[in-house]
Amino acid sequence: MGIEVNGRKIDWIENESVSKLLKRMKYTFPLVVVKINKDIVLRSEFNNKIIPDNSKIDVVHMISGG
Amino acid sequence: MVDGQIQIQNYNTGNSKNNWDLNKIKLKHKTICEYEYAKKDIQKGYANRTLYVNLSNGIIKEKKVTEEMKKLFTGGRGFGLKLLWDSIKPNTRWDSDENELIITTGPLCGVTQYPGSGKSLCLTISPSTDIICDSNVGGFFGPYLKFAGFDAIEIQGKAKEDVIIIIDGEKGKISIETAPLEETNSHMISEQLTQMYASENNDESKQKISIVSAGKGAENSYWGCLNFSFYDIRRKYPRLKQAGRGGLGSVLRNKKIKAILTKVEKFDGVSNNPADAETLAKVGTKLHREIRDLDRYQCNMRAVGTVHLVEIMDDYDLLPTENYRFGSFPKASKLYSPNFYKLFTKIIPDGCWHGCTMACAKTVDCFTVMTGPYKGEKVTVDGPEYETVGCGSNMSIWDPLWILEFNFYCDTYGLDTISTGTAIAFYMEMYEYGILNKKRCDGLELCFGNAEAVLEFMHRIARGEKSDFIAIASKGIRRVKDWLIKNKWGDTHIIEECGMESKGLEYSEYVTKESLAMQGGYGLTLKGPQHDEAWLIFMDMVNNAIPTFKDKAEALHYFPMWRTWFGLNGLCKLPWNDVEPRNNAEIDDPSKVPEHVQNYVDYQNAVTGWDVNKEELILQSERCYNWQRAMNVWLGRGRRKDDWIPYRSMGPVTVMEYISRKDRYDKNLIEKIGISDEKIEKMETEEKIKIIYDFRKDQYQKLSDAVYYRRGWTPNGVPTPEKMKKLGLKDTKMLKMLQDKIVKDEKAGLNNWGGNYKNKNEKPNNGIKYW
Ligand code: SF4
Repeated sequence: MGIEVNGRKIDWIENESVSKLLKRMKYTFPLVVVKINKDIVLRSEFNNKIIPDNSKIDVVHMISGG
Repeated sequence: MVDGQIQIQNYNTGNSKNNWDLNKIKLKHKTICEYEYAKKDIQKGYANRTLYVNLSNGIIKEKKVTEEMKKLFTGGRGFGLKLLWDSIKPNTRWDSDENELIITTGPLCGVTQYPGSGKSLCLTISPSTDIICDSNVGGFFGPYLKFAGFDAIEIQGKAKEDVIIIIDGEKGKISIETAPLEETNSHMISEQLTQMYASENNDESKQKISIVSAGKGAENSYWGCLNFSFYDIRRKYPRLKQAGRGGLGSVLRNKKIKAILTKVEKFDGVSNNPADAETLAKVGTKLHREIRDLDRYQCNMRAVGTVHLVEIMDDYDLLPTENYRFGSFPKASKLYSPNFYKLFTKIIPDGCWHGCTMACAKTVDCFTVMTGPYKGEKVTVDGPEYETVGCGSNMSIWDPLWILEFNFYCDTYGLDTISTGTAIAFYMEMYEYGILNKKRCDGLELCFGNAEAVLEFMHRIARGEKSDFIAIASKGIRRVKDWLIKNKWGDTHIIEECGMESKGLEYSEYVTKESLAMQGGYGLTLKGPQHDEAWLIFMDMVNNAIPTFKDKAEALHYFPMWRTWFGLNGLCKLPWNDVEPRNNAEIDDPSKVPEHVQNYVDYQNAVTGWDVNKEELILQSERCYNWQRAMNVWLGRGRRKDDWIPYRSMGPVTVMEYISRKDRYDKNLIEKIGISDEKIEKMETEEKIKIIYDFRKDQYQKLSDAVYYRRGWTPNGVPTPEKMKKLGLKDTKMLKMLQDKIVKDEKAGLNNWGGNYKNKNEKPNNGIKYW
């Protein structure tokens, strides 16, 4: 059991929402686009959308910096 | 009216007033030489001539810009490189008579329809690095230089006494005048000259003047920046923007130039005379709307400028604290953007050139100066920007008001905030280790957090004090490293690896330990460790979007080329990716912001009348990028050894650094190096540091290999004649020089890959002499 977040393997936690995952990853930056197995998750669904086991998550930080 | 906006007529900065006798000051001017020129309109973004001024012999002349020059060098920094190549020698150093200070514009510079179109690009041989330094800057000077009739100004030689150079676009006249009584510090001389040379005593006339200057700090250090003024009709005051990096201001003062002044007769939205004004307006309007609608949800540049980055960097362990030992700090929240927002004067718009909706150029008006020669005066402080705040954090100084004081004095003294802050942070760490001490620092207690000592150090530089410490420390980290090592005051390894410079230039304010690509973004650069070539930290470290050496090399090819393009055209980089179209993250290659790239294709075509595509934009940059690297080779540098970076930017130098992020580094040993949990438990920290040290240094060598290969250079980092020819660069003198250098490297055994490859198929290429 496990998921991949931005290419890094981590444990899967049952009933973990996108918001909770972001918190666990310490991704505090507000402007992120989240994709679960390539499907975009709407921001309004971050609290409800549950991360399935074995999924691949992309958390794209929309920051350009410098 | 936008909420919080103040009407022009109701606004008063509350700053102290200066009562100068400007007539008396002007009467002391002596004209050294004059030159009259024919005024001409701009054609499709080009004035079609450059201006040459020689201060040693008084020669002033025009140089024609040919179609061939436009084709090969585009404009801006490209023109600057071409002019330098034609004028300097391989042994020219920053203070040589023939070294030049060049200020260029670019075909899109001066446009008011598209945000961020007023940048100048300045070039010289840098005192810090002995190679070409380029630095971009806002303010009105670049557009006005072009509207006065020139795509660039090239200044060679040195004056015998302090002078000002006046480019009078109203009269069509260039003059060099002595200027014995003017102030040197920038906030003063900008105001004096604006008042003195305005045709009439009103805002409209004052707004037609822009001044380049550098203060007393520039005169007495290698950190001199150039201050470019832009008269703010709301504040009734010439504000300043800086070409910060590489000591351009030190070169200005070494040539005994107090200021360069440009004055225009008129300018408006069509002064740049674009080929297709309709398309230009269309592309510009689209971006104006995007900024208006999205900025507040994205970077919030219009409210706080680049300071918005402080909290993000702190959260992701990237904000340099205590000389880059750490990337976050419990007190950092004192420097978060809301604390500066409270201090900023909320008048908008706040752009550094007309038509910039992004308007990130913030100020604090009526700031009471706390120390030094202007103590007690109320002044306007331009900024601070993220980098300046990052310097505070790097020196462990957590007071926003102190940051403003530091910012004010850096600007008016003409000191680059980045080099000054980064260097002092290094001196502070050396002080902590006892390698420096009060005696060696000329009585200054330069320990982390000593805000008072930092300002005193800067005032002493500005006063031109000549004690050993001030004289050497004002030349930057590289010279101080040599001084400490020569005197055997400390461990060479600690001194070399903790001092954050590469090529002689100080790092800007990002912690790169966990992003190999960003280490390359600082090291595998032309002028030194400045983030303007590539900023890949999030893409690499967080998004993990470029995991392989090949991916990273591709990014370190594309982004430097793309970002170079702004400097060829007279543009600001910020409107490219500090606001992004709503759907940007959902499309392929979001980090390139493809929709904005297309805007720039349309924009350049609309101004110049060309018919280029996005690949050709990259080609424009690639020509200039390789030309600059080739010139660095010609100047005796530009090789693998020159692209080396201090270990502090790759990983933990000290035990304390390791322990502070122990979990991360232990995990690194397990996952990347394959050491077992059990073994790690038994290892001493020093042993673990050594293993990571060897591993990460090898990673950097492999990255260099991949990048050189991608860029079409030899394994020692030299652009090949074949590559140059492929780009259309056929200058025989340059091609021969490159061939000779490659042969010499070959004989010295330097054309080998730097990485330690176990499997020969891992190398970028197995062919001997693949180049
Ligand atoms: S984005 Fe900021 S720095 Fe760039 S042109 Fe606009 S105001 Fe100047």
